[in-house]
This record gives sequence, C-alpha cells and structure tokens, in this order.
Amino acid sequence: MSNLLTVSPSPHVHSDDSTRKIMYRVVYAMIPALLWSVFIFGIDALRVTLIAVAACIAFEYLIQKYLMKINPSVTDGSALVTGILLAFNVPAGIPWWIIVIGSLAAIGIGKLSFGGLGSNIFNPALVGRVFLLISFPVQMTSWPVTRQSDVDAVTSATPLGIIKEGLTNGTPVSQLLPDLPATSDMLLGNMGGSLGEISVLLLIVGGLYMLFKKVITWHIPVSIIVSVGIIAAIFWGAAPQNYVNPVYHLLTGGLMLGAIFMATDMVSSPMTPKGQIIYGVGIGVITISIRLFGAYPEGISFAILIMNAFTPLINTYVKPKRFGGK
Amino acid sequence: MLKTFKKGGVHPPENKLSSGKPIEVLPPPASVFIPVAQHIGAPATPVVSRGDTVKVGQIIAKSSSFVSTNIHSSVSGKVKKVDFQADSSGYPKQGVFIDVAGDEWIDEIDRSDELKKEFELSGEEIVRKIQDAGIVGLGGATFPTHVKLVPPKGMKADVLLINGVECEPYLTSDHRLMLEKTEEILVGTQLLMKALNVEKAVIGIENNKPDAIQLLTEKSKTYQGISVVALKVKYPQGGEKQLINAVTGREVPSGGLPIAVGAVVSNVGTAFAVYEGIQKNKPLFERVVTITGKAVSSPSNLLVRVGTPTSVLIEAAGGLPENSGKVISGGPMMGRAIASLDVPVTKGTSGILLMEKEQSKRKEYIACIRCSRCVSVCPIGLEPYLLMTLSEKQIFDQSEDAKIMDCIECGSCSYTCPSNRPLLDYIRFGKGKVGQIIRSRKK
Amino acid sequence: MSITVIYTVATLSVIGTSAAVILYFVARKFNVYEDPRIDEVEQNLPAANCGGCGYAGCRAFAEACVKANDLSDLDCPVGGNETMNKVAEILGLEAVKKDARVAFIRCNGTCDHRPKTNIYDGATTCAIASSVYSGETDCQWGCLGYGDCYDACDFDAIELRADLGVPRIIDDMCVACGACVEACPKDLIELRKKFPKDRKVVVACRNQDKGGVARKACAVACIGCSKCEKECKFDAITIENNLAFIDSDKCKLCRKCAPVCPTNAIIEENFPPRKIKVEEKEECNTAK
Repeated sequence: MSNLLTVSPSPHVHSDDSTRKIMYRVVYAMIPALLWSVFIFGIDALRVTLIAVAACIAFEYLIQKYLMKINPSVTDGSALVTGILLAFNVPAGIPWWIIVIGSLAAIGIGKLSFGGLGSNIFNPALVGRVFLLISFPVQMTSWPVTRQSDVDAVTSATPLGIIKEGLTNGTPVSQLLPDLPATSDMLLGNMGGSLGEISVLLLIVGGLYMLFKKVITWHIPVSIIVSVGIIAAIFWGAAPQNYVNPVYHLLTGGLMLGAIFMATDMVSSPMTPKGQIIYGVGIGVITISIRLFGAYPEGISFAILIMNAFTPLINTYVKPKRFGGK
Repeated sequence: MLKTFKKGGVHPPENKLSSGKPIEVLPPPASVFIPVAQHIGAPATPVVSRGDTVKVGQIIAKSSSFVSTNIHSSVSGKVKKVDFQADSSGYPKQGVFIDVAGDEWIDEIDRSDELKKEFELSGEEIVRKIQDAGIVGLGGATFPTHVKLVPPKGMKADVLLINGVECEPYLTSDHRLMLEKTEEILVGTQLLMKALNVEKAVIGIENNKPDAIQLLTEKSKTYQGISVVALKVKYPQGGEKQLINAVTGREVPSGGLPIAVGAVVSNVGTAFAVYEGIQKNKPLFERVVTITGKAVSSPSNLLVRVGTPTSVLIEAAGGLPENSGKVISGGPMMGRAIASLDVPVTKGTSGILLMEKEQSKRKEYIACIRCSRCVSVCPIGLEPYLLMTLSEKQIFDQSEDAKIMDCIECGSCSYTCPSNRPLLDYIRFGKGKVGQIIRSRKK
Repeated sequence: MSITVIYTVATLSVIGTSAAVILYFVARKFNVYEDPRIDEVEQNLPAANCGGCGYAGCRAFAEACVKANDLSDLDCPVGGNETMNKVAEILGLEAVKKDARVAFIRCNGTCDHRPKTNIYDGATTCAIASSVYSGETDCQWGCLGYGDCYDACDFDAIELRADLGVPRIIDDMCVACGACVEACPKDLIELRKKFPKDRKVVVACRNQDKGGVARKACAVACIGCSKCEKECKFDAITIENNLAFIDSDKCKLCRKCAPVCPTNAIIEENFPPRKIKVEEKEECNTAK
C-alpha cells in the first residue's frame, strides 16, 4: 500500500507473547506424563489421547462454524489442551465413543455454551470428565492393568479405591497397606489410575516447566497440595487406624494432575495471588473432605468445579493491593 | 540487591541504539512552528504577530496563569503567522510560525561553555527565574517546574529526586546528558534543592547506564547532600510514583501528589535546563532529542531547537528509511504516534522513534483468557482486564471505584497481554470519561 | 397408613398455613401504592426503553407523565404524536403536537471526497480514536467511520457503509431517540425535522476550519462562503465559524441553496430530478 504512516495509541511495542504460545507450553508440559502413560498402559493411552484431541478440535470447529456462526478459533490451541486433559482424566481402556461424548460435553457444554475461550466458568475438560463419570460410572472406573503388574487380571483398582472400599467396610488401615503400592511406585506412576494422573514425578516436572515459563504461578498448586497434606495429616495423627498416611493422599489419585494442570486453568481461576490461595485452599479442603467422608474415592474434579463457580465471587471481593492505597 | 519499585513492572528489550553517540548540535531549520501549549496547564498567550522580527530567546507567548509557562523563540527571524497546526497530540494547536534568518540571540544569554557553580539567589528568586525561563518537566509530562517547587500549604518536601532512570526503551537523551553535562546537572540540582529548601537530593539511575552512575557518583562527592542510587532495570521506573517508591520506599497515596510523601521529582534534563536558565540566563528553547529506530542509518542524540519539524530531525539521522510504518514522538511505551512529519519538536519531545512497517501494526486481538498477567504487571495494582471491560460497556461508576483514575498509562498491561488486547486504549478512554464525570460532580 | 404419613401431612399443612398468614401481613405492611395510570400509560408506550425521551426507560417516562401537569415538555420520539395523544387521553391532558424528527449524519467525507493521510491502528471505536488524534484524514471535524453510532442504535436505523467510509441513517427505521447523537464524539449527528417523503436539504459538513484548509482536507467541505445564506429567503441558513447550518424548522425545501454551493456541501435527498433548466444554469456557473 501507500506510504501512509500508522497512528495508534501507546504502547507501540508488544511482548510478543501470545495465547497460542501459552497453550502450546501447557501441551509441552503434559508430554512427559503422556509418554509415561503410553509406556505404562501401552498404545491404548495414545489412542485415547488422539481421539480426545481430534474430537475436541472437531467439535470446536463445527460448533463455532455452524451453530455459533463465527470464525472458528481452533488454532489457538485451547481445544488441544482440553483434549489432552480430558484424555488424562479417563482410564486408558475406555471405549472410543465415550471419549467422543466426553469431548462434546467438554467443548459444547463446558466451553462454547458460555461463549468460548475466556468466557467459560468451569474447566471444560473437567466438565467432560464429570459428565462421563456420572453417565458411565462403570467404564469410567474400570482401570486397565499396568504393564508391570504380574497379576492376571483385566482391571485393577486405584490406591484410593482400595482405601475407600477397605475403610468403608471397616478394615483397619494396617490390613490395607499390603494392597497399596510402594511410595516409589506412586512417585513414578507404577499404579492404577486415569491415563495422565499416575506419574506424580513427571507431572511435577511439567509443572516446574510451566512455572519457569510463567504459564502458572505457584499459588494454586502449592495451596492445594499443602491444604490437602495438612488436613490428611491431622486426621491420620488423630486416628492412624481409620485414616491413611497423608503421603497416599498426596501421591495418588488426580491430586497432582488437578493441582498442577486443571486448577491452574487461567480462565476459570482467580486473578490475584491472594484470590488464588483462597481458591487453592478451597479446592484442597473440598477434595480431602470428599476423599475422607464422601461416597467417591476421589474428589479433586468436583472440588475444582465447585471452586470454579466461586471464582467470579473471589475476583469481585479479593482485589490486588493498590499502590498508595490503605 | 538493587533497589526498584515493589509492584508490577515489565522489562521490554532496551534497544538503546544511540547510547554511544555524543550529543550533536542540529543547526536551526529554515522555518519553525512553536506551539503555545507545550506544557500541562493553560496555553500561553501569543505576544507576537505577523511580520514581527524575533531573536533567539525572546518571549513570543506569555504565561497566562499560574499553571502555565512562557514560550520563547528558539530561532531568530520573522514571524510568518500565528495559526493552527497539528502537534504530537494529533490535534491542531495554536502556535507561532517563524521563518528563520541568521541566528541572533538576545544579549542576556551567556553563550560560553564555562561552568558556573556559584549562585547567591534566594529560593523565591530561583523559582521566579525558572518560571520566567519557561522551564517544564522534560521527562515527557511537561508539568511546569515552578509549580512543583511551590508546595501547597501545609506540605513540605524533604527530598528531591532527580530522575535519570530513562526506562523507556530506545531513548538515550538523558543518558548522554548525564555523561556530557554532569556538573551542570549537579549545579542545577543544587539550585532546585535551594528553591525547595531541602537538604537531600538523590539521583536515581537504572543499572543499564553504569558509566553515568559512576561519573555522577564521582562528581557528586563535592556537592553536599547529593547522592546517586543505582536502580534495577524495570519499566516504568521513570514514573514519578515508581521512582519515589524505588528510592525512598514511600508510596504516594491514591489520588495524591508526590509532595504528600515529602518528595519532589525532576528529570535530569530539567535540572540541566534549570542550570542554564539561572546560571546562563538561557530560557528553555532547545533540548536533547534522541532520534532512533532499528532501520535508522545513524541513530543519534541531537540538541534541537523547539519548533523544528520532525522531518528535519529524520534527515539529520540519515533520512526516512524505506519501510517506515510509524513515527513516534517519545518512547515506544508511552510516546505518541504522529500522523505527519510536520509535527514540531516541543519541550516534551524526548525522542523520535521510527518503526518499521512490520512492527507498526498491532496483531488482531482475541478473547481475554484471564491469565491475570495484566494484574501482575500493573505497577499501581489495578485490574486492567476489568477496567477495559467496564470502559467497553461504559459502566463508569464501577471503573471509578476500581481506581481507574490512578492509572499512569504506562502501557505495561497492553505490552504483556498475550491476547493482544488494547487494554490501555480502553482504560485511557474510560479515564477521560470518569474525569469528566468527576469534574461535573464538583461543579 | 402409618402415623408418619399423617404426621408429615399435618406438619406441612401447618407450615403452609402459617407462611400464608405471614405473607398476607407482610404484603399489607409493605404495600406500596402506585397510581394505576402509570401502568396504563406504560402499556401505550412503545416499550423500546431507548431513553430517547430523556428518562431511564418507558416506565420512568410513564411515571413522569402521570406526575406532570402538562405534557409540553414530555415527548416520546419513538411513538410520536399518536402515542402522546393516547397518553394525553388517559391522563386527561392536552398533547402538544410535535414535528417528527429524523437523525442525519452531517458528514459526506467519503473515501472519494476525503483522502486518507494516515492509517489508524488502535481500538476501533470512534471514542478512542478521537481521544488519540484528529483522525485518518486532514479533516479534524469529520466522521471517523468506526460506527459508535451504529453500536448505539437500538433500531437498526444506521448502516455501516464500507464502500463510503461513513455510516448512513435509514430514515424509515429511525425513531429519533437521539442515542447516536450522544454517541458521536465529533457531534456530527443532528435530529432534524422529518419532511414528507423523507426529503431533506442539509449541509453535510461540520468543518469549522477556514475555507482553504477545509477544502484541502475534503472535496465536499463547507468553506463558509455564505453564498447559500444570501440565497435563502426564509432565514433558515446561518454561518458560524466558517460553517453553514440549515435550520430544518425554518427550511421550506425550496432547494435554492444547493445549486449555489461551490463545494456541493449541501445535500438534497429524495427529490425528483431537477429540471433541465436548472442544470443548464449550473453548467453556466461552473463554466465561468
């Protein structure tokens, strides 16, 4: 075009960071845990992940184009993240059609019905997961055996499942312990569970990468983990026969996945550090309450969804400290 | 640990391309346009008319109220007309057009280079002379300096801060001034201290100018009460409130002036102008301007007469590069893009920045993903994402409660936003509206 | 039937009855008397809630009407005389007949008429652009074209014309609520008297610069030459700050002013084509 000068308001430079870059950094952070799950559960893990990703992207494109009639924004990478996270939250052996239904719930109900990226109140992947958990409880809790297990079985139980069932039946903790994996196995991820939640170590590696790349801040994960740890320790200290060691609570189930990848979802978490700590502690308290007293062995997804609903309220009442304010 | 302000801030690439270039004197151009409003406050009233002959340093527009200041001719020649032309604000403003003939200065100005340290003036006399010399804050805000030096009743300054931070990327005019006019700045600082009746002055300099820090620390030893503080490089440290916070740890209260915490901030350029205005009787009609940009063939620091068209400066730096897309008066974070190269240099022009075409256009913006980076970088602790939405929806009572008026328009939020949202555009608009509402309420 | 069922039914009945009693007394205690005419008036209003009357919605306007002793200061621009007559009937007052109005954007600085001298690249609203600088052309008075008026219009009466660069009012849809007048930062939009067949003669310019400057910025700028003022027999045209203005309440649509305008700043709309005689005269003038 001609040599006309451009006029725009300041600032005239930009940090060159973009939403897409942030989304891809989240994807990179999830890759170690994904590889581990492929190693543990075999090619099934990859199959589930690919189906979830493809379904999420396809639904986002189709709904935006034909229902909302807006320019599809699938390239921003958020559907990719939702797809992987949804896959991380289901057992590796789940039938393909259930994943597709979950993806539709995640993208259609969880995200686009609120207006798309940035407007959703709840974490879309968790909406998908909880939708599936309630609709298909059997399939959603049929954990495939891990590669290492020598037992000749088709399904195995998660450590939290063993604990819940045992304690509900009145078995003391000491008798349950032999059934539970060793601490090192829990750290590495050599145990039953959802696709992406098993390897605590690799999830933490991903979390550190995101922390380093400034995708997340420490406030949410630390406050969740610390509050879960403290409450579990109090109960364990008071009645060691009725409650398990807090280490089991920290290293098993979806706690790490939830604390590092799901609760930190920018869209549905509070804006200020103080608010993020309130939110994190809330998730921790609800999670451990469900685990100790609820009907489900695991509660982090419900806890996150419940606190998601509180996020707007937290944003309204917890303001950053103003410069020069009282 | 180096000192810095506590809250927020960003670190854009510094790009100080011209920091090694000594200040060169740009000869007067063929014609100038000197706006009568080069400061915050009431525009000055022109006192010359068509056909008048003026000399360098002669008053051409008189201060019209207390918060206003004199405008002096920067050239000698004949007044062509008093008319309107766009300045960097983007709107036509009244000013004096002068056709340059020769370079004849008024006799009062001492044109020698000799350093004059001693002065025997009282504080009031210094303030009056500063007012007469038309000195304004040269950091960019152009607040008349004499107003700052007279604190409101019941308030007293205890420290003078000299701002040598120059946190804007690209700009180097203050840096060069500190290196080349070190002693003059220190004498100017002493004059300001005397005018304010304070015992202590601190010169704050960011750590990316180690030569200036060293030189000023060395030279300031012989001046009583003046010290130098090195600061961590962080934008917007050059903001008044941020500098006070970085150096003294005090926080200017919301809606208050720096004097409320006993501090007065002046730019190094202002200190130099004060030196020249008082010791050399030289009113403010020229200043150092950085002319820079990645495509500019020779980025430089020029001593430019006020009123010189931007095009003359660009010529002096090697001409307008082929693919220029944007010309900014000031730095890249807070400067104003200008629509025409006829826009003159004014007292507040610290630099001219030329951007290439590729960098001139903003990227398209998308939805807010609530990453909260704008909140974490805001040096005032505001919530830019919220203020933008409130402005967009025109809910101004809520934005007032959310302290929109405290925004210093540093642009850190727009700079960081990964969704490229024009946060500051909307906040500035909202600020304007809320300001109107507050004013109409007072009436 | 066990005792539990009876017990449950009894308890619920007691709770329900006592709640009803409490509600009855509370409703009486906090009863607010409202003039029934307010509802009646409101039902006859267009329910557009546009704020064109100056009140916050139709309900507030209805309250104001009921309170008022005469209706001369109150007008519903959307409903027009018909609505106001009905309101007057309900309240037993006299309606004041008012001329219907229609909005007009007084800028014809289309892309052809007004060359661009720079490119704006900020948030695309007129309010923000005008706070940044004077605009993409050399005319600091004219339309910016980002459509704040379009956004403000609740009645789809404004169309954005990418081909022109300035929006246009669709007269049939316009209810003269004045929302666009408020929204325009350049103060370009005026509510003018609505003539039969939507005919209009209007100075489509707000440029207050001196003639030369205005003309240089835009081919159809008013240069304040006052030729039209001299031509007008009804004192409808005034010149102020180098700018002509046609008062639509005085204008008789005689069309004498338009041909004399040297820059075609005066626009005539919805008239039958001029007779050939006039065109000849025009040609003579330009030939000189």
